[in-house]
Amino acid sequence: MTPYELLWQPFADFAFMRHALVGCLALALGCAPIGLFLVLRRMSLVGDAMSHAILPGAAIAFIVYGLSLTAMSIGGLIAGLVVVLAAGLVTRATRLKEDASFAAFYLVSLASGVLLVSKWGSNVDLMHILFGTVLAVDDTALAFLAMVASATLLVLAGIYRALVVESFDPEFLQSMGGRGAWAHFAFLILVVLNLVAGFQALGTLMAVGLMMLPAASARLWAKELPALLGIALLIALLAAYVGLLLSYHADLPSGPCIILTAGIAYFISLAAGTRGGMLRSWLGRAHLEA
Amino acid sequence: MKLPLWLTGSLACLALAAPAADKLPVVASFSILGDLVSQVGGDKVEVRTLVGPDGDAHVYQPSPRDGKTLAGARLLVTNGLGFEGWMERLITASRYRGARVVASDKIQAEQMAEDEGHEHGHGHDHGKLDPHAWQDPARVQQYVANIADGLAAADPANATYYRQRAVQYRQTLQQLDSWAQQQFASVPSAKRRVITSHDAFGYLGRHFGITFLAPQGMNTEAEASAKAVGQLIQQAKREGIRAIFVENISNPRLLEQISRETGAKPGGRLYSDALSRPDGPAASYEAMMRYNIATLVAGMKQN
Repeated sequence: MTPYELLWQPFADFAFMRHALVGCLALALGCAPIGLFLVLRRMSLVGDAMSHAILPGAAIAFIVYGLSLTAMSIGGLIAGLVVVLAAGLVTRATRLKEDASFAAFYLVSLASGVLLVSKWGSNVDLMHILFGTVLAVDDTALAFLAMVASATLLVLAGIYRALVVESFDPEFLQSMGGRGAWAHFAFLILVVLNLVAGFQALGTLMAVGLMMLPAASARLWAKELPALLGIALLIALLAAYVGLLLSYHADLPSGPCIILTAGIAYFISLAAGTRGGMLRSWLGRAHLEA
Repeated sequence: MKLPLWLTGSLACLALAAPAADKLPVVASFSILGDLVSQVGGDKVEVRTLVGPDGDAHVYQPSPRDGKTLAGARLLVTNGLGFEGWMERLITASRYRGARVVASDKIQAEQMAEDEGHEHGHGHDHGKLDPHAWQDPARVQQYVANIADGLAAADPANATYYRQRAVQYRQTLQQLDSWAQQQFASVPSAKRRVITSHDAFGYLGRHFGITFLAPQGMNTEAEASAKAVGQLIQQAKREGIRAIFVENISNPRLLEQISRETGAKPGGRLYSDALSRPDGPAASYEAMMRYNIATLVAGMKQN
């Protein structure tokens, strides 16, 4: 097998492979920075929680409008925003911490989604109808992903400073007034938006996986934000490309392939990362002892 | 007046058993079997179906009401061949102790074709049986015989009634079969190639000499690989297959993608593992088969 056959021919031959690749690239552009800020803000599990919170909105839209990407995205977005707002209000008004109120609201939301579908939807497996697969990205889904990625990058650029300050020193920004709260809220909206886009277009695993794994890996290689962002993005893009190739050549399901490739990048980073990787800290200790 | 405990208990039993004296309560695991049971049982049975119209029995999750339904039944009809993986747990949970009919009993079961995207392989032994035997009207003859035996055993008083109805319905099935043979005969054998979303039509294909290709395996739970989808597209282009069909129970997106890439128009929706709702085109087994066959024939003529 020539390198061309190995590395590029599947994409040259098939439109669905190109669509999948471009879709993943668009998703990675938005998701990698979002994931990084989630990791920095110690909110790594919020992405997972929010992904469940979206369910009732998408389910209601599916029951009312059928299999419509637009309707289900808007429904999911609304449900996600309600949970974000409610969790934010509870955090500010009561003594519950944000993670606790998120956990509570997403569970309520998930349960109502399952209830809605079992009561009014058909018995068809929810996940298969509500969520897409990487191999079935069409033009509408691509346009939607590109829109979300652009919006994410623009808004992130706008709230970057507030977000950075709040990530590293929340007390300071709170003492400066309400801007931190707005940045935080805008950021959570972006999380929801990216999850909705990823879920509808690419499938359950994809959005959260491409959000968190590259971000967690990047933390083990760099300290400065621009470097962190660059590395997270690079890992996400590589995982999408290598994962798709693996799925093609080894005849394996695509979504899991992409996420497992990102997972391998994470394990390599754990072992060899220059910032807190295991190998480095073990070598460092050996060096000190010698 | 205070009744002794044993008396209240037996009265309650009588009260529960009362409706069963009118009609035999039967539970069928999914909609297609439900229709077969009512064809044989006529007005002597009351059939309840666990997985309803347009529902996917591969990934079904039973509810407490299903447990209640089952506990009140005197006969349970399942497909078998590993189709209802959730059934054993439901039987345990509902403490069902009534009779049981496995409709696919004594049929000649086929192995699942493993290499989707290729010709359906023969002689592979992967130990996995294809449960979708109801897609072959000849095998459904045996289904009907099994169901009639089960009903007669559970309700001996009406045994002749059930056997008569079974004989009648088997004639209907024979007519259906010969009609289907005629329909397919109008398509040249080189054109008898069809793409669907999951491998549900193995028996139909063998019986009528049609090749079915699918990007997913037999299970709707499985996710397709890029290679399988790629090979399917190449094969469709090479052999000029334009007959692409979605099913009522699976996500149509992948099939739409394949038809976009091969330039074929999706040829409509097939009913594979579930009937349609009563106002749909496939409300009974016979209607479903006639609808599917007409749709397939029209699609294959485009090849």
